[in-house]
Amino acid sequence: MTKITIITRAGAEHETEVENGLSVMEAICSSGIDELLALCGGCCSCATCHVQVDPDFVDRLPPLGGDENDLLESSSYRTATSRLSCQMKVTSALDGLRVTIAPED
Amino acid sequence: MRSNEVVIVGAGHAGAQLAQALRQQHFVGTITVIGEEVDLPYERPPLSKDYLAGDKLFDRLFLRPARFWTERGVDFQLGDRVVAVDPLRHVVTTEGGREQPYGTLVWAAGGAARRLNCPGGDLAGIHTIRTRTDVDQLRAELPAVQRVVVIGGGFIGLEAAAVLRKAGKQVTLLEAQDRVLARVAGEALSSFYAQEHRAQGVDIRSGVTVTDLSGRAGRVTAVNLADGSSLPADLVIVGIGIVPAVAPLLAAGAVGGNGVDVDAQCRTSLPDVHAIGDCAAQASAYAAGAKVRIESVQNAMDQAVIVARHLTGGAVGVPGVPTFWSNQYDLRLQTVGLSIGHDQAVVRGDPAQRSFSVVYLRDGQVIALDCVNAMRDFVQGKALVATGARVAAEHLANATIPLKDLISDTGPAASGESG
Repeated sequence: MTKITIITRAGAEHETEVENGLSVMEAICSSGIDELLALCGGCCSCATCHVQVDPDFVDRLPPLGGDENDLLESSSYRTATSRLSCQMKVTSALDGLRVTIAPED
Repeated sequence: MRSNEVVIVGAGHAGAQLAQALRQQHFVGTITVIGEEVDLPYERPPLSKDYLAGDKLFDRLFLRPARFWTERGVDFQLGDRVVAVDPLRHVVTTEGGREQPYGTLVWAAGGAARRLNCPGGDLAGIHTIRTRTDVDQLRAELPAVQRVVVIGGGFIGLEAAAVLRKAGKQVTLLEAQDRVLARVAGEALSSFYAQEHRAQGVDIRSGVTVTDLSGRAGRVTAVNLADGSSLPADLVIVGIGIVPAVAPLLAAGAVGGNGVDVDAQCRTSLPDVHAIGDCAAQASAYAAGAKVRIESVQNAMDQAVIVARHLTGGAVGVPGVPTFWSNQYDLRLQTVGLSIGHDQAVVRGDPAQRSFSVVYLRDGQVIALDCVNAMRDFVQGKALVATGARVAAEHLANATIPLKDLISDTGPAASGESG
């Protein structure tokens, strides 16, 4: 289990324990937060699971994929640390990860 | 009048999203969801992909955990089916004999997989792919099966064929029309997918008519065609579309035919009865105002949000640009817009490179794109569809020009055709 903190659009912090191997998207949807639409269910076909990652953790994440990069380009709220949460698999290396749910486009 | 009691018929993407969106919009009344399947709402698209392949366990397909719904006071009545609607009394009756009063009824029942109606169409070993149960039954038979015949060359049939080839099965795919994906895409895309599947070893036969199926001891053994040929089959998958589940609504007097007709706010012709998702036929600005029934997750979710806003007095919503995806082998197809009614199709990029797009135009306006392993075109093309951009075909065909640079190419955006 890995601990991650999810910050909602309103700024509320939710700490949650996640089974390794799940995606951060699955972790958010299972945590009781309803803000993430996650339309495509995590197959990197939409951009509705967009989160902004705490800069301290960016180096520990898997590299940005080509499709992920293109999909993020469609968001007006993209930042330097934007990721699709379905493309981040939870591992022990991410313990303490903090992500903020990006505003809805 | 029980305006504070919302009853949702159907626990798929549309019904689940509506329940969730109502609470997000601070709806404080009761929400009851009546679902025919026994499971809480789950992702349906993986049924013909990851779940069929056995790459994803069912537990990972739930849209939300059970606790999520309990916390929000969403009451699920599962494993039961609404068989009658009484619009005067505002009551629905289920197969199990339950009477459920409603203030507002939202019909989100989707559809049932269309079945074969030819002789032998009800033999054992013939499967559809629409529900978890369908796929569990199919998967249980797969280990003992070598020869599979897929009837129907739409997305479900092609996705299933891809999974079964990867699993080492011998696959023959039959399509009644002269090409696969004939109902949803242009010729360039159809011939690309047919070629890819053939290269993977699928025996695709287009323009064929199934007359009947043979069996032994009640189980299918062959699919017989009008040309006299007979294809041995250990298992058959039927992917020939859905029949919208709207019979009780139509019987109650709702206007419809192919699904149930709804207006811009997803209201049916019956008072206090809305319909959303696969079963709702609605005029679409993306089909030149024609009434269309769109079978997609995106449409189900957009219509759910429109109804949630409508019921809570929020801003009037409009459906977004239609989007759709299909994953087969290593091919990721992303579609934006509706290509129905196109009069021109421009291929952008080289299909031989397995990364290209088909841009569809009608009267010079971009109405849709099918993008294969070309996510950037999908993302940038969305704006062209949304604005009804007029772009010269030779510019669209030039893959070195990013589509976003062609928006200025537009001229006056003609959105006046929407209905």
